[in-house]
Amino acid sequence: MIHRALSVFLLSALIGLCVPAASAAAPLRLATTTSTQNSGLLDHLLPAFHQATGIEVHVIAVGTGRALRLGAAGDVDVVLVHAPDAEARFVASGDGTRRYPVMKNAFLLLGPPRDPAGLRQATDAADALRRIAAARAPFVSRGDDSGTHKKEKSLWQAAGIQPGGPWYVEAGQGMGKVLQMADELGAYTLTDRGTWLAYRDRIGLVPLVSGDPRLDNPYAIIPVNPRRHPHVNYPAAMAFVKWLRSPEGQGRIADYRLHGEQAFTPTAVRLAR
Amino acid sequence: MNGIGQAFGEALGLLLSGDRALWEIVGVSFSVSLRAILIATPPALVVAYLLAWHRFPGQRLLVSLFETLLALPAVVVGLTVYLLLSRRGPLGELGWLFTQPAMIIGQIILAFPILVAMAHAAFRALDPHALETARTLGAGALRGFATLSREAQFGLGAAVVAAFGRIIAEVGSSMMVGGNILHYTRNIPTAIALETSKGSFAQGIALGLVLLVLSLGLNLALGWFRTREAVTP
Repeated sequence: MIHRALSVFLLSALIGLCVPAASAAAPLRLATTTSTQNSGLLDHLLPAFHQATGIEVHVIAVGTGRALRLGAAGDVDVVLVHAPDAEARFVASGDGTRRYPVMKNAFLLLGPPRDPAGLRQATDAADALRRIAAARAPFVSRGDDSGTHKKEKSLWQAAGIQPGGPWYVEAGQGMGKVLQMADELGAYTLTDRGTWLAYRDRIGLVPLVSGDPRLDNPYAIIPVNPRRHPHVNYPAAMAFVKWLRSPEGQGRIADYRLHGEQAFTPTAVRLAR
Repeated sequence: MNGIGQAFGEALGLLLSGDRALWEIVGVSFSVSLRAILIATPPALVVAYLLAWHRFPGQRLLVSLFETLLALPAVVVGLTVYLLLSRRGPLGELGWLFTQPAMIIGQIILAFPILVAMAHAAFRALDPHALETARTLGAGALRGFATLSREAQFGLGAAVVAAFGRIIAEVGSSMMVGGNILHYTRNIPTAIALETSKGSFAQGIALGLVLLVLSLGLNLALGWFRTREAVTP
């Protein structure tokens, strides 16, 4: 114990000397998914939030799985993620206080325009995956335990297929990188609509399957429980939750356009417009 | 391909127009790596000096340990620092994960073996009588260190430049423990990784050019130190 206190003291003394004084208000640490960052949504929201509240947000963009683990470890103050089952476990275990729905978009199955596996004839998302597996057509998986990866795994399960083999590429990368890889490989992949809109001009993949209710993609924000982690910046987390769910925050989400199309649909309030 | 040429043109535009977002990232890189090298250098030189000029048990083992650590992968350092600084880790109460101090710690660990190994070589290259001469002139331990450091200044300078070159370009540790937070822990290498993943190559190329020019400068400095070292009697 003394040892630990001493090492903490020495380290802080050493580095504290060389660190400029921190800004007055503690920043809010937000762990979120690569889809909210790569789609450009956060760059659209955070400056307005900062202006409204004076709170600076430090964004750590990782997959949903890692974002929730960062929250459970108390390394961040709030998480903005998209994996309802994992979110429910996060709240039930006491790591998060409550799940607040914020917005949604949809997942799409993308593929090369010549569509070697015939996804255009698929009846639904599960059937589409069965066609990919039957044709052994290349498919790039996020492979990073992100919300999109969790969704993909549940779709394979619904299709009754255990994907594997040389045609199934597990990238272990963020959404944007996976879109580029799938594009380079002429492969199929599952993406959220927001990131696809942001990349549409840069890749040759086209959406082949959409509209299946299984492809819904709801996002929620969950503050990390201050009773479990007393050091978290709970007031700032709640300020962010309230702002995102306020007419202003929801309006800004609805306003966000990528190539002229709405990327996310707000779900917290019904907007009168 | 037209895309590369276009991205290259945009990159030069960003650099020359003094794009604020770009230069802010460059600023983060320098601020973090300079602080890391400032903290790491004095203790590393003392360790190198002791290893070069004092006999004690385990000395040879320590020298080879530092030489082994030269090849320490940045991601391993990142993982170690991450585990230490996470709220669940032994130093969690500091709350330093995803901050600049966390990046500085990672870079100190990366720089230290380079500083020690190169400074050790520089000290060893000195005339073995130098220390004795200093001692006969009545120099204590501290004076002896100061005298020999002056003798070896060009070799030591080369060590600092080489270590700085390593840490300013490393991405593994900074990404893991810094978190790539805009305006705060996003430095040149992590920004290049992000911009590439976003497919916006212009900023990535611009930052890559900054790193290239920087390492050219560092290498020229290194060469200058080496020639000076060679002519110093």
